[in-house]
Amino acid sequence: MDSILTLEEVSKTYENKIAVDQVSFSVPKAGIFGLLGPNGAGKTSLIRMITTITNVDSGRILLNGEPLNSRHPEAIGYMPEERGLYKKMKVGEQLTYLARLKGLSAQQAKDAIYYWLDRFEIKDWYDKKVDELSKGMQQKVQFIATVLHNPKLIILDEPFTGLDPINANLLKDEIENLRINGASIIFSTHRMEQVEEMCDNIVLINQGRNILEGNVTKIRQEYKQNRFQIDFAQAFQGQVPAGFTLLENKKNAWIVQAQPGSSSNALLSSLLAANAPIAAFNEILPTLNDIFIQAVEENNEVAAA
Amino acid sequence: MDKLWIIIKREYLSRVTRKTFIIATILTPLAFVAFFVIVGFIFSYQSDDVKTIAVLDEGNILEGALKDQKNLYFKFETRDLETLRSKFEDTDYDAILQVPKVDNLMSKEFTVFYYSKGQPTLDIDIAIRDRVRDALREYKIKSLNINREQLDAINTSITLEPEPIEKGGQDASKLTSAIAAGAGMLMGFIMYMAVFIYGSMVMRSVMEEKTNRIVEVMVSSVKPFYMMLGKIIGVGAVGLTQVLIWAILIPLMLTIVQAVFGFDAQTSMPAGQVATQINPDDTQAMVALAMSEIGNINWWLILPLCILYFLGGYFLYSSLFAAIGASIGDDMGEAQALTIPITIPVVLAIYIMMQASQAPNSSLAVFSSIFPLFSPIVMPARLAFPIPAWQIVVSILLLLATSVFFVWLSGRIYRVGILLYGQKPTFKKFAKWVFYRD
Repeated sequence: MDSILTLEEVSKTYENKIAVDQVSFSVPKAGIFGLLGPNGAGKTSLIRMITTITNVDSGRILLNGEPLNSRHPEAIGYMPEERGLYKKMKVGEQLTYLARLKGLSAQQAKDAIYYWLDRFEIKDWYDKKVDELSKGMQQKVQFIATVLHNPKLIILDEPFTGLDPINANLLKDEIENLRINGASIIFSTHRMEQVEEMCDNIVLINQGRNILEGNVTKIRQEYKQNRFQIDFAQAFQGQVPAGFTLLENKKNAWIVQAQPGSSSNALLSSLLAANAPIAAFNEILPTLNDIFIQAVEENNEVAAA
Repeated sequence: MDKLWIIIKREYLSRVTRKTFIIATILTPLAFVAFFVIVGFIFSYQSDDVKTIAVLDEGNILEGALKDQKNLYFKFETRDLETLRSKFEDTDYDAILQVPKVDNLMSKEFTVFYYSKGQPTLDIDIAIRDRVRDALREYKIKSLNINREQLDAINTSITLEPEPIEKGGQDASKLTSAIAAGAGMLMGFIMYMAVFIYGSMVMRSVMEEKTNRIVEVMVSSVKPFYMMLGKIIGVGAVGLTQVLIWAILIPLMLTIVQAVFGFDAQTSMPAGQVATQINPDDTQAMVALAMSEIGNINWWLILPLCILYFLGGYFLYSSLFAAIGASIGDDMGEAQALTIPITIPVVLAIYIMMQASQAPNSSLAVFSSIFPLFSPIVMPARLAFPIPAWQIVVSILLLLATSVFFVWLSGRIYRVGILLYGQKPTFKKFAKWVFYRD
């Protein structure tokens, strides 16, 4: 698998606090990668090292196979969780300034700004001051500032907070577009439903350590507890087949837990044999939210023990 | 380096094109000139309260002559005091001045009597005493048969003319020290203003960037050190621009005001009143001498040195302001507490500078003009005096080394502080931050 970013045993200590403790993971090219973790887990410390704001104490970070160097910031676009723009500057000037700092020439910057303002249909904002814009509007400007220089790696920290559903969707489409055009995106968030929807791979950080990493679908499979939901067309009074336990008996649905060694096929065939009016049959995969909570709690217990 | 230039340009242009900057830059000289005009007007204002005073010259001292002054008219009366007092309401007089006979020519005291309703005002009091004194002096010279020339010769004016020990050494005139002291004080004060105004401008701007969170975006493109350096240089350039505009505008406006209002703002100042007692020819000679003295000062050496001291002092102090700005959020109270240790040396330097312009070779002046925290303010005040070259060289080298060190030190604090929130900054923490690894 081709990786855009590889972390090898990266550690960072602030005064007496270990913020990042030997974290290793890699971010596949042209994918959307979720960087997850509870508050204070060390996500910001990690992002600051990836964006070259701070250096690693030990370990290595490779971007496209090269150790991070002073030219790399130009290949990275970072939108921090706490947004910030110069309030008194006009949108156009502001974007030009930030683009020039990312190494674009004045002309390149101008072209890129017009391209993006056009794309978001906000060309008339060019001469508006930032503090004339609403928060959601400012966020769009901030997003444009992040991607203007066509970065290979884009890091978005909670990109959807403060956006209404329409703009959130617009942004989601743009992120998807960037990925299609070959950019790799790291997505740091607490909103698990978005991670499930958008991310291909995740890493879960807790207390400065990598506690879970991999493909979202695979992780959900790994964490599955062999639970099934059967919806009936009408009320069904039959017996629960052997090898299964009824967890919940809803109005027209069962949630059952398969005991070790029992397969979904066995469940279906015995129900069919009992003439159950099956309308739908689903395996219940744990949500990332459940996995997140479970993994963090388990990790904290281990750490406390 | 490209990025540093981009930052400098933004810091400079975003300030210079701001309306408040343009207004402040133009209004300050206007306010300055308006102040001079108003002060000049007040001092040149004379009482419009017309008074006519009856004079009873009983000893014929005044010989019928007492010069009228604007708004003050003297009329000699032959009627006696009692008649005048009883018929006072029928006359046009506002007061009666009774000058009695001189009984004793050798007395140093003499009393004249002023009869009026109410007290004589101060300007009348001074005018009458001046006139009577002059008249009495003439009267005494005549009555005592004194030779006027001899009398005049008694009062001698003394000039201390400085001469060099070595033959062919630089010959200074009596005005050299005064002009050097004046020029030095001026430079010292400009330095002081520059450090405070533009240093705190740097600090406020850093605080704003931190509170705005724009730094989070910025530091992913440029090193915090370049952000700080760019800001310091940009704001410094703004300062130079403003001072330069003022240096042109203020003399220009003063000239226009003089032409329009027709009075000289300077001679109408209180100091000007003293000057008018000097013979006008002397004044002209003094001005000519002063001009030639100003021309004699080696400006080609002093001005570049002053700019060096300005840059050194500005970088030294504004970098400290930047570090403090980075370490706090938007709490001005905390900012003030932390800036006090910075302002103390600056304020001390100002007092030392004033002392040094009087005694430029005292050991205090020499030490302070070498000590880098004081030298940007104290040394310019000494530059117009002849001082040993080694002192200038040592002082400049020390200042440059110290300001480079302070910029580095502040950069270390800035880089940590700018990304930390919710921490109460202390000097102990600053010391720790300096040694943090990136």
